[in-house]
Amino acid sequence: MGNSNIEIRWHGRGGQGAKTAALLLADVCFKTGAYVQGFPEYGPERMGAPITAFNRISDTQIRVHSNIYNPDLVVVVDETLLNSVDVTAGLSEEGAIIVNTDKSPSDIKPLLKGYKGKVYTVDARTISVNALGRYFPNSPMLAAAVAVSKVMEKDAFIKEMRASYEHKFAKKPEVIDGNMTALTQTFKALEPQLD
Amino acid sequence: MSRKDRMSGNEAVAYAIRQVNPDVMPAFPITPSTEIPQMVSTYIANGEMDTEFIPVESEHSSMSATVGAEAAGARSMTATSSCGLAFMWEELLVAASNRLPLVLALVNRTLSGPININCDHSDSMGARDTGWIQIYAENNQEAYDNFIQAFPIAEDPRVHLPVMVCQDGFITSHAVENILLEEDADVREFVGEYHPEEFLLNPGKPVAVGPYAVSDYSMEAKFNQEQAMIRSKEVILEIAEKFRSRFNRGFGLFEEYRTEDADYILLIMGSAAGTSKQAADELREAGIKAGVLKLRVFRPFPAEEIANALKGCKAVAIMDRCESYNGHGGPLASEVMAALYTSKVYIPAISYIYGLAGRDFTVETAKDIYKELSDVADKGKQIKQHTYVGLRTREER
Repeated sequence: MGNSNIEIRWHGRGGQGAKTAALLLADVCFKTGAYVQGFPEYGPERMGAPITAFNRISDTQIRVHSNIYNPDLVVVVDETLLNSVDVTAGLSEEGAIIVNTDKSPSDIKPLLKGYKGKVYTVDARTISVNALGRYFPNSPMLAAAVAVSKVMEKDAFIKEMRASYEHKFAKKPEVIDGNMTALTQTFKALEPQLD
Repeated sequence: MSRKDRMSGNEAVAYAIRQVNPDVMPAFPITPSTEIPQMVSTYIANGEMDTEFIPVESEHSSMSATVGAEAAGARSMTATSSCGLAFMWEELLVAASNRLPLVLALVNRTLSGPININCDHSDSMGARDTGWIQIYAENNQEAYDNFIQAFPIAEDPRVHLPVMVCQDGFITSHAVENILLEEDADVREFVGEYHPEEFLLNPGKPVAVGPYAVSDYSMEAKFNQEQAMIRSKEVILEIAEKFRSRFNRGFGLFEEYRTEDADYILLIMGSAAGTSKQAADELREAGIKAGVLKLRVFRPFPAEEIANALKGCKAVAIMDRCESYNGHGGPLASEVMAALYTSKVYIPAISYIYGLAGRDFTVETAKDIYKELSDVADKGKQIKQHTYVGLRTREER
């Protein structure tokens, strides 16, 4: 990846922050000068129901306003979705999928309906609980999306995210450091899987 | 100086409202426009604007209060979607017939039923004959730009009509995209101060607003209202030109994208226009001369201008994100076909229905339509009028 036009599809469950992660990714990529799109697919909003969110990141103006059917990257924020949602549908074989799980990529691969592209796994639960004391998978999965897609450099991402969290959590500054730790820990955890 | 930013369509409209700082904004929340009054009330609470915000108990009341405030002489506006607009129906007619230049930020959403929160143009298309000017946006940028232009259009003495500024619910209202924002001072200068010629709170110069009119005079009032709608076209074009020379972007009554030498044109409004442009570009690379006519202004309806823009092509697809339930075609198609006929432009024209209740419209779908146009124009294939695209097949049901 790292090309000039990337399409990302997020699968999560209502309440886990997949939509927020997609909007944050759009936000942080915008700061690098890219053209961005971040949007969720809206339906009945229920905690725990499967939801989808999307990103287009490009170096030219984005005009298409449809959902993404042939993504370069899929991010699965909730492992249990692998049983019920066809998460690799239309996913490019040159692309990749990232799954939030404590299992290894080779354990997850058989669950992906013969998907031949790259498979990455991140244990966002452990990272989040260690860094924040609670389970918020979206920060680790956002970092994983950046690490795998290479839409931007790690250092620039970390710097922009601190500014972003300082703005977002102006009234809850105690969670900023935890979120930053979750981001850096995710990069570290993914390192052995990245080439 | 324009400033690069990123925000959703709702954020963009709320930002424009803060910059315009209208006198009065009554509002009642409804998905997907709820964020607009929500963000405006935050701006007010933070002291960033001093609009009188009136939380009301329904959309019937929000439009009534907007009408009342505007009649009193205050620059007034509201926002809504879907059933909210339906509930305003009576007041929409009151606003237009009393020649009140108020503005409505409409975030398009389907109407019941089945009950659904997603985008189509049923709400604004249903209100097409209420006497309002209607302007549609492809993206957050156009939603912002159109909103800024709405007040100078509405308040022009040649017009004095309400303006509905429409954008596609969720597709642009909730999508974060790049945008160019203008300085507060530049926007305020562009919009100007509001000095109504006649208004209720004007001691010494009394006026009647909304009185009964007998048959001897009613018809003239309606005729005058129609004359104002006709005159609004030149004002819309003037304001668009002023906006373009000031901020270096924007369109008049419609955008003509690669239509000049096009064989096949897709005529469409709203967010799906960008998707169609992508399809046209991809087909152009394969040597197929495709173009897009993106209608920006639906009321007043630019009948002659559209016919003129289409007269050189072999076939046109007229795309309605709305059903008319007339067994014949969508509202946009009906009006475009009438325009072609009266201008003696006899080209094949097909009415397509797409994107109802949020059904996705893709680049592939747009390309399929161009393919059908080519089959019609070049191979004489008969295509059923009033064709649905993106519909589930029998197997998929």
